Amino acid sequence: GVGLAYGLGRRATEDEVAAWDIDVRPDGMGLPDGSGTVGEGDMLFQEQCASCHGVFGEGAGRWPVLAGGQGTLTDERPEKTIGSFWPYLSTVFDYIRRAMPFGNAHSLTDDEVYALTAYLLYMNDVVADEEFELSKENFSEIELPNAANFIDDDRDSEPHYAAKADPCMRDCKDTPAEIVMRARILDVTPGSVDDDGAGAGAVD
Amino acid sequence: MGKGNGIDRRRLLTAGLAAGGAALAPRAVAGEGDPAILEVQDWTRYLGDGVQARPYGVPSEFEAHVVRRDVEWLTAATESSVNFTPIHELDGIITPNGLCFERHHAGIAEIDPADHRLMINGLVDQPLVFTMEDLKRLPRENRVYFLECAANSGMEWRGSQLNGAQYTHGMVHCVMYTGVPLRTILGEAGIKASGKWVLAEGADASVMTRSIPIEKAVDDCLVAFMMNGEALRPEQGYPLRLVVPGWEGNMWVKWLRRIEVGDLPWHQREETSKYTDLLPNGKARRFTWVMDVKSVITSPSPQMPISHGPGPLVISGLAWSGNGRITRVDVSLDGGRNWRRARIDGPSLPKALHRFYLDIDWDGRDLLLQSRAIDEDGFVQPSKEELRAVRGENSIYHNNGIQTWHVKPDGSSENVEVS
Repeated sequence: GVGLAYGLGRRATEDEVAAWDIDVRPDGMGLPDGSGTVGEGDMLFQEQCASCHGVFGEGAGRWPVLAGGQGTLTDERPEKTIGSFWPYLSTVFDYIRRAMPFGNAHSLTDDEVYALTAYLLYMNDVVADEEFELSKENFSEIELPNAANFIDDDRDSEPHYAAKADPCMRDCKDTPAEIVMRARILDVTPGSVDDDGAGAGAVD
Repeated sequence: MGKGNGIDRRRLLTAGLAAGGAALAPRAVAGEGDPAILEVQDWTRYLGDGVQARPYGVPSEFEAHVVRRDVEWLTAATESSVNFTPIHELDGIITPNGLCFERHHAGIAEIDPADHRLMINGLVDQPLVFTMEDLKRLPRENRVYFLECAANSGMEWRGSQLNGAQYTHGMVHCVMYTGVPLRTILGEAGIKASGKWVLAEGADASVMTRSIPIEKAVDDCLVAFMMNGEALRPEQGYPLRLVVPGWEGNMWVKWLRRIEVGDLPWHQREETSKYTDLLPNGKARRFTWVMDVKSVITSPSPQMPISHGPGPLVISGLAWSGNGRITRVDVSLDGGRNWRRARIDGPSLPKALHRFYLDIDWDGRDLLLQSRAIDEDGFVQPSKEELRAVRGENSIYHNNGIQTWHVKPDGSSENVEVS
């Protein structure tokens, strides 16, 4: 053992760290050598991804939409995609390499992940050139449209938290409370009459 | 076994219900008496199972309805989905291991602990690999904490949708973890001065990753291998999971295989695309880690109708806060116009579920039941209107607004919103 206090564990080898440490940061730290073009990515996407995510990343059924939705973040029903919402391209590369295709993760080469990332940029109109090649060298020059729109947690400044006031106990409303919405109208709870194809889920 | 007697008992209960609120005092059974007493029951006459019939015991067959449930339309695949703890049927503050809600992103990894490794790398003096055997030789702690999914109650942002506390509030559980403080393990590797963040990573096919600031990592995070006294369940990360007290469940990485120390956050998929909270102006909050003060009445509730008619009624519920202990819970019977203080019973532990009760004499009329928790930092659980006024309806996560149940004269309840 080599641990400082208890002498437990052993030193990780360089190969072991390389095998598991595959994370990529927005500044490009962790990017492997390699490259891939939009065209290569298109072919791969149709083979490996389109059955769930649609030919143009529009999503099949309830599977995630990957492209489009730009300018919808203040809509009643925003469409949050790589192009409309994600702040960093590094996350696209990292996540595909880490967890996709769903059910066959870690099956793509680094060049293939570059190519798929390039194709996703093309589908999201971040690059317009079908000949575009994404590589370790030019990766960090790409900025996604929504990068500036994330803020750190400021919930404590919301009025109901900032006040920390002793709450009202008596006659807190001028008039009796009225019911304004009922779950049974929607009837989407399992075991109720019709729980199929209900409203958009919050979890995926 | 015992089915006939079950029917007799149900008939008796039905008769009692039909009698309604006429009798508020204990009443004698009419006629010759209660067959449950007068007749010798099977379990009183015949032998039951011997000691080794149930080497690992399971609940009574009469509790078969107390199970985790899912909502199929929520997700595209059950392997990246969620189910819900039956909190409406439970009491106290500890969730039984087999009922703790599940949230996976690539299904349940089934890992032989002999093949499991924990790697520490990055900005450390020496990258290390631990076996499970190694980890179990380090000094350990026992702590009770709630784990709440960031998306708990998320389907209710636009209003009442799912009819039951299990579905509206059941992405939460609370168990006692046994594990090693993360600071001990990081100390073995030696954190460099430039190390400001850690990345926790799971071994399942989603290879789940989240960035955690070093202050939290060395404060109260645990690398846990036991829950409620036994090994973690596979669906809860067997053989190893991260415990991140008070913070959103996504960060409690299961099947934990790696901790990397870095100088900046990684902005992984689960902290950019997911677990960021969209605001009405189109901006999104990130790193919304703490689960705020929250409560819910678990009974009566839509899945727990009142079957006994008017008279004494136990209103039971749960309260919790990622900031620490719950100091007070108020309950309203009239949709938030008037409040009375509930009674917290059982252990009051920081960042753990708290059980509260309000014992009332129900007059059989409509109730608009609400609960409102206050934590030791002085934060008061807000109404849904207060939350929506600031956040709109598209935050998805962190909905800790006050829940209303409409209790009707027939004893049934419904998930409603009130003005």
